This record gives sequence, C-alpha cells and structure tokens, in this order.
Amino acid sequence: MMRRTPLIRLAIILLIAVSSLAQAGGELRFCLRSEPKTFNPLLVADDASETIRYLTGGVLIRVNRLTQAAEPELATSWKLSKDGRSITFTLRDKAFFSDGTPFTAEDVATTVRQMMDPQLHSPTGDAFRSGTGDVAVQVLAPNRVTITFPAGVAGLDRQFDQVAIMSAKSPKKEMAVLGPFYVADYKAGSYVLLRRNPNYWKKDTNGRQLPYLDGIRLDIQSNRDIEALRFRRGEIDLINSIDAEYYDRIGEASPALVRDAGPSLDSEQMWFNQVEKAPIPGYRIAWFRSRNFRRAVSEAINRDDLARVAFSSHAKPAMGPVSPANKIWFNAKLKPIAYNTASALQRLQKDGFRLDKGVLRDKDGHQVEFSIVTNSGNKYRERMATMIQQDLGKIGMKVNVVTLDFPSLIERMTESFNYEAALLGLTNVDLDPNAQMTVWLSSGDNHQWNPRQKSPETSWEAEIDRLMREQASAVDFPVRKAAFDRVQEIVADQAPFIYLVNKNALSAISTALQGEVPVVLRPQTYWNIERLTLKAEIAKTRQ
Amino acid sequence: MNKLRRLSFALLLAIVLASLGADFLAPAGYATQFRETPNSPPTRAHLLGTDALGRDRLARTLYGTRVSLLLAPAAALLSTLLAGMIGGFAGYVGGAWQKASMAFTDLFLSLPWLFLLITVRALLPLNVSPTASVMVTFALLGILGWAASARVVCAGAAGMRDSEFVLLARASGIGRARLLFIHILPNLKPVLLAQFWLSIPIFILAEANLGILGLGVAEPLPSWGSLLRELEDLATFSGEFWKLVPLALLVVVVTSFQFLISHNEVSA
Amino acid sequence: MLITVLVGAFLTATLIRLAPGFDADVQQLDSRLSHETVEAWRAERAQNSNIVRFYFRYLGAALHGDFGQSQTLNRPVRQLIAERLPVTARLVGWGVLLGWTLALVLAFSVSLIRWVGFRWIAVVCAGALLCIPSAVLALAFVILRAPAFLAIALVVFPKIFSITRSFLEKSYELPHIVTARAKGISELRVLLWHVLPVSGGQLIALAGVSVSLALGASIPVEALCGIAGLGQLAWQAALGRDLPLLVTLTVVVTVVTLAANMTSDIVNESLKPRAA
Repeated sequence: MMRRTPLIRLAIILLIAVSSLAQAGGELRFCLRSEPKTFNPLLVADDASETIRYLTGGVLIRVNRLTQAAEPELATSWKLSKDGRSITFTLRDKAFFSDGTPFTAEDVATTVRQMMDPQLHSPTGDAFRSGTGDVAVQVLAPNRVTITFPAGVAGLDRQFDQVAIMSAKSPKKEMAVLGPFYVADYKAGSYVLLRRNPNYWKKDTNGRQLPYLDGIRLDIQSNRDIEALRFRRGEIDLINSIDAEYYDRIGEASPALVRDAGPSLDSEQMWFNQVEKAPIPGYRIAWFRSRNFRRAVSEAINRDDLARVAFSSHAKPAMGPVSPANKIWFNAKLKPIAYNTASALQRLQKDGFRLDKGVLRDKDGHQVEFSIVTNSGNKYRERMATMIQQDLGKIGMKVNVVTLDFPSLIERMTESFNYEAALLGLTNVDLDPNAQMTVWLSSGDNHQWNPRQKSPETSWEAEIDRLMREQASAVDFPVRKAAFDRVQEIVADQAPFIYLVNKNALSAISTALQGEVPVVLRPQTYWNIERLTLKAEIAKTRQ
Repeated sequence: MNKLRRLSFALLLAIVLASLGADFLAPAGYATQFRETPNSPPTRAHLLGTDALGRDRLARTLYGTRVSLLLAPAAALLSTLLAGMIGGFAGYVGGAWQKASMAFTDLFLSLPWLFLLITVRALLPLNVSPTASVMVTFALLGILGWAASARVVCAGAAGMRDSEFVLLARASGIGRARLLFIHILPNLKPVLLAQFWLSIPIFILAEANLGILGLGVAEPLPSWGSLLRELEDLATFSGEFWKLVPLALLVVVVTSFQFLISHNEVSA
Repeated sequence: MLITVLVGAFLTATLIRLAPGFDADVQQLDSRLSHETVEAWRAERAQNSNIVRFYFRYLGAALHGDFGQSQTLNRPVRQLIAERLPVTARLVGWGVLLGWTLALVLAFSVSLIRWVGFRWIAVVCAGALLCIPSAVLALAFVILRAPAFLAIALVVFPKIFSITRSFLEKSYELPHIVTARAKGISELRVLLWHVLPVSGGQLIALAGVSVSLALGASIPVEALCGIAGLGQLAWQAALGRDLPLLVTLTVVVTVVTLAANMTSDIVNESLKPRAA
C-alpha cells in the first residue's frame, strides 16, 4: 500500500519534527465560500459541507493527498476480496467519538447501511452503487467488519476516503465525530466554529495527542475580493484555492505568502451541443457532430495564450480528460494540442467548409456562427471565451459570448438543450475514473455533449462505453489502466470535450501557520490539518 | 447662458465628438487583443493602458461612451415619462384611482424583477447581436424604473389638485385632460427632471449588472457599465489611476447634464 | 393592503416559476452522483412546480405561522427571517436616517448659502456618488473598516439630495416666497415657514420611497460585507431559486414598503390643511 519515495518520506519526517517543536494551540481562521448545506456527512454534495466533513469526519482509510496512496486511519488494515465485491476492515481499538461514545464495528455497519439506503439518496453512497441488489454488512467482531457489495466496485478501498463514520449509539447522531475537530457553533450566514476533538485517537511521534490547534473559525464569505483583503490584513490564515489575480497581487508584496503547487486536477473545457433534437438549426448540429469541425476548433484555439493571458501563467494547456497531476491515471502518451490555424482550415475543407473574404461558410453556404455560453461571475471563463472568440475569428467563425446565471445555464444544458457551445470547468475531487462514469457512458447524465442516449449514437461512444464498463468491472490495475488510457485517446481524437487548460493549485498561507505542505489534491492546504500549528505569538492572541 | 452652462455644454460636446471620432483617436480598436501586453500601464501606443486581455482602454472607453451615452438617456426619458403619466394621473384624479395606482406602484417596488429579466433572456435567441441585446436591456430598464418617482410625482400632483390656481382653472372651465397636461405636469417638472437626471447613471450601472444574466452588452463590445465593473476589484487596486478614467468621465457627463437641464440652478 | 401582499406573493411565485432553471442545481453537474440521486433532487423541487397548488398550500401554512422550509438552507423560513430581520432593520434604518440627514443638511445649506461654488461642489459630489456602483461603495467601506450602514447612506443620499433640491428650487420661484425674501425676512424663516410647507408633501412621499431604495441597496452591501441580513439571504435565495424563501421575502418587503408609504400618506393627509 505504501509506495513512498525516500524524498517524500524525508519531507514528512521533517514536517513532523518541525511541528512538534512548535507551540500547540490557538485558533486557525479561514473562509468558507458558501453556506454549508448539511452537517450530515452522508448528504454532503457542496464544497463548504465537504470542508467541514474533512475537518470533522473520521474515515477508515485516508488517501494521502501528498503521495496519493491509501493509508490506514480508523481501520488499521483491510483486505479486498478477489472479485472486488467485498472488503474486510480491522478497526482501531480504543478510539472514541467526540462525545465519548466508543467506536466499534457497529458504527461502521450503521454508517454503511444508511449510506446505501436508497431512500436517503446519499451522494457519498453513489460511488459504491455498482449493481442492483442490497449491500451485506457483517460484523465479525467488535473490531472486524466485512462489507459485501452486489457487484465489484473498482478502487473500492480508496472510496472509503469519503465515508465519515457516524455513531450508531450516540444521542448526538451526526454531530458526534471521529475526526480532529467537532462543530461547536454555527451561525447561518456568518461562521462555523470548530473545536478540538478531545477524544481524537491520533498521536504524534512524541506521543502527544493531535490536533495541535485548539479550534478553527470558518467565516462564510462568498466574495473573493474581501477574502483576499482579509488575508492581507492577517484576519485569516489561508486561502485554499486563490484566484490567479490575487495570487499575483499578494505575491508581489510578499512572495513568502503564496504557493503554486503546479497543475491541479481541475480542467476548463468547451464542448458543442450534439443532441439531435436540440432546438437549434439542423445544419449547425451537423457541424457540431463532425469530428473535423470539432478538431478544427480545438486546433484554432491558442491554449498557450489562454494560460498566459487569462490565468497570468498560472495554468497549463490541457492535453486531455485527465490532468497530468493525476499521477495514477494520466495517459503519458497524449501529446499537447498544437495551435495551428492552417491545419484547422484543412480539416474544415475536408467537410466542405470554405473561407470566403474572412467569412467561413459550410458546403450549403451557411455562415459559420455560434454562441458560447458560460456561467457569469467567473472572470477567467469570460476571458477565455472572449479570447476564443478572437482566435476563432481568425478562421472566419463568428462567435457570440453569452454569460448566464448558473440555474439558467444548467437548464439549457440538461433540459432544453437550447445552446450551441458551452465553456465550463470540471472539478475533479476523485482520482479514479469510476467517479466519472456518468460523464463517459453515453447513457450518463453528465455526458454533456449528448446526455442520456438510449443506445450509443456513434461507434466511438459505443467503444468508450465498452472500455469504461471494462475498467469498472476489472480488479486488476493494469487492465483498468489500459482501458482508461484508450478512453483518453479516443476522447483526444474525437474531441467531444475540447480541453483548454488545467489550472494550477494556488494558495496563500500566512507565515503564522507552520507545518503546511500545499498539494494539488483537495483540500490543498489543510489536508494535514491535525499537524498544522500556529506560531506561539499568534496562537496566544487566539485562545 | 452663463459660464457654467457653457462649460457643461462644451464638455458634453467634446465627449460626444471624441466618441464619434473613436476610430481616429484610438486606432487600436476596442476588440483587438494585444496579448503580449495585458494589464499594461499607459504607454504611447495605449494612452490609458490595456485591460486584462490586452485591449486598448482608451478605445474601449470611447466606444463605451457611444453605447451608454446614447441609450441611457433614452431609457431615462422613457421611465420619466411613465412616472409622470402614472404618478401625475393618479395624484390628479385622486380617490380610489390614486389608492389603486399607488398600491400597484408599491407592488412594483417590491417584486423581484430579476426573475423577469432572466425569463426575458431565456426568450431571446442566443445569437442576438450585441447591439440588439443592449437596446433590449435599456428598454427593460426604462420600463421597470419608474415606480420610485411615481410616488413622489403623485404626492406633488395631489397637493396641486387642491391648490388655488387649479381650482381657478377648473372654475374657468378648462377640460380635465388639458389641465393635467398644461398646468399640472409642467409644475411637476423639477421632480421629473431630477428623476431623469438620476436615472442616467443608475441605468448605466444597472446595464453592467445585468451582464450576469446574459443581458446588456456582449463581448467584445464595451459599455461604461462594463468598464466600471472592473472597479469592483477594489481590494487589489493599487494606484492605477488610469483605471478611474471611465468613472471620471461618467461623473463629468452626469454633472454636466445636471447643470444643463436645471437652468434655475444657474440663474438663481 | 392585504390584497397587495397576496397579489405580490402570487406574482413572485409565478415569476420565479417561469424563469428558467427552476429545478436546476449546480451540484447536479457532479459526475459522482448517480442518476437516481439527481432525479430525487429534481423531484423534491418539482413538488412546487404547480404554482397555484404551491400558492394555496403556502397560504394555508402561512396562516398558522409556517412559511415553509428553505430549499437551499434546509431550515424553516420563519426562523431565517426572524434571525435576520433585526440585522437588516438596523442597517437600513441607520442608513436611511443618515442619508436623509446628509441630504437635507446639504440641500438646505445650498439654499441658504448663496455662494455658487458651494452649490457646484454639492452637485458634483452627489453626481459622483451616483456614478459609483454600490458594490464598489460597499467594498470601499470594508477596506476602510467602516460600518456598512454608511454605504447604504451614501447610496440613498444623492437621490434624496437631488430630488429635495429640485423641490426647494421650485418653491423659491413661487411669488409669495419671492416677496417674502424681498421683504428681508431671514432666510431660515423663509425656509421653515414658507418653503417647507409647499414641498413638504412630496418630501414625505420621498421618505416612504427611500425605504425601498435602501432595501434594494442592502442586497449588494450585505452580500459583499458578509452581513447575515435579509439582503444576503435574498441573494442566496435568488441564486438557488428558493421558492418558499423568496416568496416570504417578497411578502416582508411588500409589507415594509406598504407600511412606509402608508405612513407617509397618513402624515401627508394630516398636514394637508397647512400645506394648502
């Protein structure tokens, strides 16, 4: 399980050494960007709730955000069955919930049963729903439990990173937690206060109980300007994923405060509406369904400029569906997409398009004009759309940029299909391709370019369906990897999604904070929250 | 005409001329992205520097003037007329009519019009030209912007209904409609002028805010509103005073309008 | 009044229902969710899709003091409003009060002080404030660590100032006031005894309207300054198409607007004999 390189191991040892020297205590402060919608870990779907779950929830297995390896947490060891359907956990003894209730296999059983209850519609549970039928949970001993799913779940062990165990007996229900902190106070619209969990099981190498911090104050603040301002004033200690612009501003004044961890898992992409029955002219749908057209658009976009101008160089041109930051699943054979208008025009000519006095027309003489919709309020997307507008103008395409509020946009994308091209970003929390089944399966809801197909409409989509199912049912990693590599190649060749850039994982961290190692996986800055400390002089002022 | 009015007039004229001569004054064009020099401070090539995509700020300001200076006053006129008609009529007629129209006005002030705008955007085609989109937006603003001043106009008209000169005029047999248009509305002129003047900057700013719904000007066309929205990055602002030029220009235009239309201000 | 509120609530519900994205949720783009989960969310929202049924169910519950459950915040609407109403009331109250004080003081002194330069400065200041987006004003006050009601005051001030100015100006043209001034009666006396009674009615009407202006301004100000008031709530609710919450908010705003305007009407009526 542990494949740490010596260098990383050294870094971790140093980190532990540094943090044990520091004074413990104090209150860490940072912002949530929206109201947490739930404190029930099984119902978490939004970022703010996910942050709270990460900080308060105790999990059986944790994916180390630095090494990307699965590590034991509340489970001291686990064993997967050969068919990938069941997993047996050996649990930690003498662990207690924040309210003092002991942690046993019963708690794991209750949590899993609730999670898989079809009535609850738990988003966390969705990752485990592989086939029809019930989940069997068998408590073998107070510290041993076996969970058997109706069908094989690929990458089963790593999925437990998202499952915060709830107590079966505690009267406080989901508010009794196993993680480093518990929710002490919450004022809607203002803040969430977390306090140190006195019963947290983890200790540092010196035998001292973790976490070092006394508490965390999470201010609910949706405005990024004000977040940046408060950081500069020292009112908050970190900004988890800071915008490129603020990064530069803060970095200009004091370079020690900002960190660029390199390309993240998140990608920004554009796609054309290929839904046959969409309420847009048929000849346009015909363009959008042509591989040559999509590849031409892809080649006519200057991705280097997008990364350099729109993101002030804090992004990398994207190559395909998987960011290079995903060390496990990225297909290293993919090549960067070269900016080449001549080749784009050649591709268009193959489909009978011709450039006539700066205006591109299709074989029937229709002028090539379409709109790109994106969500309003994201200036980076607005900038990219405007730059693409100019880039495509060079090959004679007339592009209109329309920004819409999110609900309107989603309605167009998922119900009325009344749009031509869309530009959005996908945030990837999960490394495993299984988390993207609904994107790649032609029957999926998130198969954005043409969702919910009854049967695959093209042969390449049928091939992707086959490969995705193959990787999902295989237990062997090399088999899964080969299948998903092939998916990445087909997507690069057909360009249903035109990948634009991978944003860098940027963060701002106060010098008052120690022990921090920002990484590209979420939550970038506080993934090792239990080992973070505040400088003694700051901690003293925040008791 | 005294000095102040002449100065205001000259300033307005200069701004209008500059916007008309935008092609000549800022040959860089409002849409061309000089991607090698984004966020540049003023240089000889770009007198007001460039924006985040490397577009010439001077050209964008001048073209934005064309859009905003033409359409905002038109929308302001529309909403002022509506306020005058509805408020004036209600106040003049009085009684149940007044109660009903003021209840309607109050309702109008409280409804979340945002959703109407979202619906309008959904009904418009996506490939609408930037000019058409901005015209629709200002028309909507004109139609929705009358309610607050209608109340004040109504109170004014109601006060006048019982005043001596209206009673006199009525006694001399002047028709009701004539009375409203000839005697009452002109007496409400100061309120209506104030409303007109206030609406211009408000509409210019509102147009930019509607950009979040996909209404208003569309890229790459600039408007003053969209230029002013850049000021919302105030927290990261550090002394780039050339970014304030659109704001200064708007203040000049708005105050010049004020001095021009309220001649009492100057004659007193 | 009751009818207006009822019609307002119904129109609001209809407007929201007609706007696209009624049953959409950003989270449904999360690829980790299963089809069943997304459908369950949709179904939950679709309960309210028949607007007439929603309305009567809402009214029935509202009679018992239950305004439903907020869809975005998962809490009772009544509790949310009760928590936040005092915050906004304080913010808007102080903002309106200060805005009026500023506007009146400035408008009166412009009438009293006969130096043209002063007039000029006042008009330019009011004009400049009108041109600054309220979001920028709010941000500036956050940066200056000043209380947020100042931002509301500065949004309300130029509007009141310029309308008040226009009344005063008109009044000073009236024959009896010109005569009074010519007789050498002190300016302050002219203002208080002769000018105010003439334009008082409209000023009081403006007072009612200024409350709804300030309520409108509270949305960007609260959202930016992170104040947990009704404005912030309204913004969240609008983004999330939160039907029960938005309808209740409209009811609250309508009641406040009506109350403010009715008060000003009543004051006006009682002053009428003097004004004529």
